[in-house]
Amino acid sequence: MRELVRRYGLTLAAVFAGLTAFWLLALVVFPYFFLAETSFRHYLPVDQLGGPNDTFTLSNYLTFVSSSSTTPFLFLNVPIHVYIFIETVLFSSVVTIITFSLAYPLAYFLAKVANVKTVPTLFLLLLIPLWVSEILRSFAWYIILSYQGPLNALLGVFGLHQVRWLTAYNGVIVGLVYTYVLFMLFPIYNAISTLDTNQIEAAQDMGARWWQIHRRIILPHSKPGVASGCVMVFMLSAGSIIVPSLLASPSSRWFTEVIQQWMFESQDWNTGSAYAFLLLLICTIFVSVMMRLFKVRLADIAQ
Amino acid sequence: MSEGVELSAVCCDFGDFRAVDHVSVTIKPGEFFSFLGPSGCGKTTILRMVSGFISPSEGEIKIGGQNMRGIGPNKRPTALIFQNLALFPLMPVWENISFGLEVRGVDKETRRAKAEELLRLVDLPNSADKAISQLSGGQKQRVAIARALAVEPKVMLLDEPLSALDLKLRQHMRAELRAIQKRTGVTFIYITHDQGEALAMSDRVGVMSQGKLQQVDTPQAIYNQPANGFVASFVGENNIFTGTVENVAGQMGTFGTSVGNFTAAIGPGVTRNSAARLYVRPEYAHLQAAPAAGNSLPVAVENVAFEGNFINVHLSDAHGGARIIQMRNDKAIAVPAPGERLHMSFAPENAMILADGAGQPASRSAAQSALEASHA
Repeated sequence: MRELVRRYGLTLAAVFAGLTAFWLLALVVFPYFFLAETSFRHYLPVDQLGGPNDTFTLSNYLTFVSSSSTTPFLFLNVPIHVYIFIETVLFSSVVTIITFSLAYPLAYFLAKVANVKTVPTLFLLLLIPLWVSEILRSFAWYIILSYQGPLNALLGVFGLHQVRWLTAYNGVIVGLVYTYVLFMLFPIYNAISTLDTNQIEAAQDMGARWWQIHRRIILPHSKPGVASGCVMVFMLSAGSIIVPSLLASPSSRWFTEVIQQWMFESQDWNTGSAYAFLLLLICTIFVSVMMRLFKVRLADIAQ
Repeated sequence: MSEGVELSAVCCDFGDFRAVDHVSVTIKPGEFFSFLGPSGCGKTTILRMVSGFISPSEGEIKIGGQNMRGIGPNKRPTALIFQNLALFPLMPVWENISFGLEVRGVDKETRRAKAEELLRLVDLPNSADKAISQLSGGQKQRVAIARALAVEPKVMLLDEPLSALDLKLRQHMRAELRAIQKRTGVTFIYITHDQGEALAMSDRVGVMSQGKLQQVDTPQAIYNQPANGFVASFVGENNIFTGTVENVAGQMGTFGTSVGNFTAAIGPGVTRNSAARLYVRPEYAHLQAAPAAGNSLPVAVENVAFEGNFINVHLSDAHGGARIIQMRNDKAIAVPAPGERLHMSFAPENAMILADGAGQPASRSAAQSALEASHA
């Protein structure tokens, strides 16, 4: 702080500190604090707020596990919201795996194979779809994948059977992969492009085949990028609301939709907040466990 | 154990630029062969063609008599040591060394044993489990050599691997590399722009300029009987006199310059009309007070550099051309003083009239270009 004042003078230093404090307090800490506080209070009629019934409680969190309707999952009957949560984590993981398998070869191609002169053009082509809003992109996919849509028309041209694409989680997966693939691509691209090409050639020279080079040299080197890409895509997917609602099928449910229903359909902000924190908490735990499993340190991701 | 390498009329083009131009050379099995040349002369391109990373535009490369066209770098019996070594920083030393065996499916115990054995060979025991970042420059060098030897290559290719080391370590590693080469009997192809390295280590040296091989011979022959002006000026220092070939009589000829006519040995291919220059090594020239019979020219002492075991005397001739002579430091010698007017002389058999080679600077002072070449 003293260094900041010495360098930029008191006024500018105060502006920096003030803006940072505003950002952190007003835009991050306070809303979260408000939601956290709300999540521990009963859902009461307006006239009882501040009354004797307005006490702190865990009941909103317990609703998550004590829902009356259950669904069979594996050998258990699990509460419906837990089941939806499990599916959200599961299909977010599927989305993460698919984006990785699309982004890694593309990142390798851009970083090490493509002509240096064409890379900016290729990046531009990748970025242009990102300029269109997420809602429009989701609608576009809705049209493409619909039963009478262009994809099935194309299949018809080749004399193939028409497919009902928007069943189960298909539409949600396609939409999420399309929306978040660049969040996977860029960190991996950055990581691979810092790899000395001589290392690839050295491995080749010692007799390694292409897949051995990827497994032993390129993937380990790009691990921090892969890790941050995976964390980002997983968290964004699990927290996404537009794509899962627009590209939904009758049998697909996303946990964010449950939160939205609590908040805007039941007007129960208390349970909604509790569910939002559960999503954040359990996803963080899930990601931490995955990072431990794949031996990724937090410092790698921050790179 | 080792194989020879044969290059016949090998060319390599990058677009319109011909990086390697009809290079033909036969490197014998077990030989330590160096390609010596200034940067951009095509020597690294040759190395990359032999290792298989680029294929020649024309001509063919044979290793052990087998044509290498269409054979990828991972299938060739060569091992390349990169200029920056390209060790794998995420693997410990022993995994680096045994990487070539790992990709061949050798089991872990055998790999570990082989790595330990090679670490002893390169004089770096007890380092198997160290991280690459824990090693010093010289140690990394040894690990790179061990890693290349692990795949039991028939031919080792080295791309200026000593250039990143400091002088003392470089001199030590020179001897070390030579010893490892003799111990293993593997054919070494060494790329360098450092004439000291090339001359001290090699059985034979190929001097290159502008993609062309200028001369292939033993280090002594390269130094004492350079094939052309480029080799003479790139390897070692020389006093270079511009002028014309006046007369050729057998092995000797007369060379006319603005500071006089000199008798000297005729280099290969030099005739009366060829573009040629006269070369005199500083250590073969002498100074005396009076003009000597034979080759002699008046000079003024500019500067005296005492180097310890020898003394460099920088001179200027009647036309201001920079000349240099080198005298051994024997205690009895009288060191000339700057400003003194003396005569420089040299024996005809120690001076050479050589044809201009490719890539030779057209007009620069002799000592200057020789000096630059030796420092390049």
